[in-house]
Amino acid sequence: MSIKHGLLALLAPGPKYGYQLKAEFEATTGSAWPLNIGQVYSTLQRLEKGGQIEADGVPDDDGRVVYALTPAGREELAGWFHSPIAQESRPRDELAIKLAMAVNTPGVEAREVVQAQRRQAMSSLQSLTRAKASVPDEDLARVMVVDSLIFAVEAEVSWLDRCEARLRNARTAKTPEKEAVQ
Amino acid sequence: MTANPVLEVRNAGKVYGVDETLVTALHGASLSVAPGELVAVRGASGSGKSTLLHLAGGLDAPSTGDVLVEGQSLAGLSRKDLARLRRRSIGYVFQDLNLVPSLTAAENIALPRELDGTSAAEARTEALAALAEVGLREVADRFPDEMSGGQQQRVAIARALIGPRRLVLADEPTGALDSETGEGVMRLLRARCDAGAACLLVTHEPRHSAWADRVVFLSDGAIVDETTADAPAVLDLGALT
Ligand SMILES: Nc1ncnc2c1ncn2[C@@H]1O[C@H](COP(=O)(O)OP(=O)(O)O)[C@@H](O)[C@H]1O
Ligand SMILES: [Mg+2]
Repeated sequence: MSIKHGLLALLAPGPKYGYQLKAEFEATTGSAWPLNIGQVYSTLQRLEKGGQIEADGVPDDDGRVVYALTPAGREELAGWFHSPIAQESRPRDELAIKLAMAVNTPGVEAREVVQAQRRQAMSSLQSLTRAKASVPDEDLARVMVVDSLIFAVEAEVSWLDRCEARLRNARTAKTPEKEAVQ
Repeated sequence: MTANPVLEVRNAGKVYGVDETLVTALHGASLSVAPGELVAVRGASGSGKSTLLHLAGGLDAPSTGDVLVEGQSLAGLSRKDLARLRRRSIGYVFQDLNLVPSLTAAENIALPRELDGTSAAEARTEALAALAEVGLREVADRFPDEMSGGQQQRVAIARALIGPRRLVLADEPTGALDSETGEGVMRLLRARCDAGAACLLVTHEPRHSAWADRVVFLSDGAIVDETTADAPAVLDLGALT
């Protein structure tokens, strides 16, 4: 998750304080990615050092300062919006490795591992769906964030369904290849 | 525990055919659905989902075990009483239970109410309200072949929701629909349950089964797994990323 680009985007309409950025970031993503204020300030420092934002005017009585985008920051932001995000390694990879291990580890019932994971995923999907039902349709930003989580978990459930079917089929028709592995 | 279940399936089994054509479609499945509850059934093709729904709706009798609707065992009912219970208490949305081609959308929806003694005018009023609920008020006077597949499916859903149905059985009701319309259908079923109906839904789409309070998994005719939603208090959207 790119906090850096999220903050740049929030600064596009005009200069803001750090605490404002934190609140707006969370409001926009429907609290899906809570930030701590330390993360916000360290990111702002890095952006300032990189010349993408600058302190705008003098600090207020509490020493807080407003940040604004520089032309370099605007360019960075435009580049971010216009380049698709690559499919990188996902947390699910751990799951794929776990299942691969389960299939070949004696005494482990891979189907049970699949079912336990699917229970967890399905239950999360139910919770997300409830959460979504309470978000008004007009709140496009939040609806889209919840949708993204829903589609990702759904993909995991579908994949686990497929794994379960494969394991069931493998049990009824053990191939010579599989016996060689054991 | 909770309120008396609207649907109770007790250790129900179903065998089709005889001797070498014998297929055990369901092995002693038990399940109950309370008022206000939406229960989804998932499972691979051939796992017995439709069989379970047919038994639950009294469209077919179990080979073993029992099915109770509103506390009444279906096995103990005469043909006539069973037909009345199906008409009055149960709404069906099945893929292959199609609309009557010679009747308009509104007439299709009003039909079960009229059969049940509601006046034609009152049944039409109810039908129009049910159509409005599925967002299709404008197709009231169209015949099935003048509607898209998705519209026909929503009309079938309106027919299942009309009147004081306490039990709604739906087999892949979102099958023919695009994802947005499908979600609309799920919101509709959810709202019906929140208003007190009991619903048993078969769907292969995880996203749609997630509208349920409970999801059961069938595998080779047996219930192998069941999930409920996490308590809302522990919901942490961030934990999933
Ligand atoms: N009327 C029938 N006669 C014979 N076999 C049937 C009949 N209906 C279903 N079956 C068999 O019972 C099993 C379960 O079918 P079904 O309940 O339709 O599964 P699903 O809806 O999960 O795809 C399958 O093996 C199917 O071939
Ligand atoms: Mg089926």
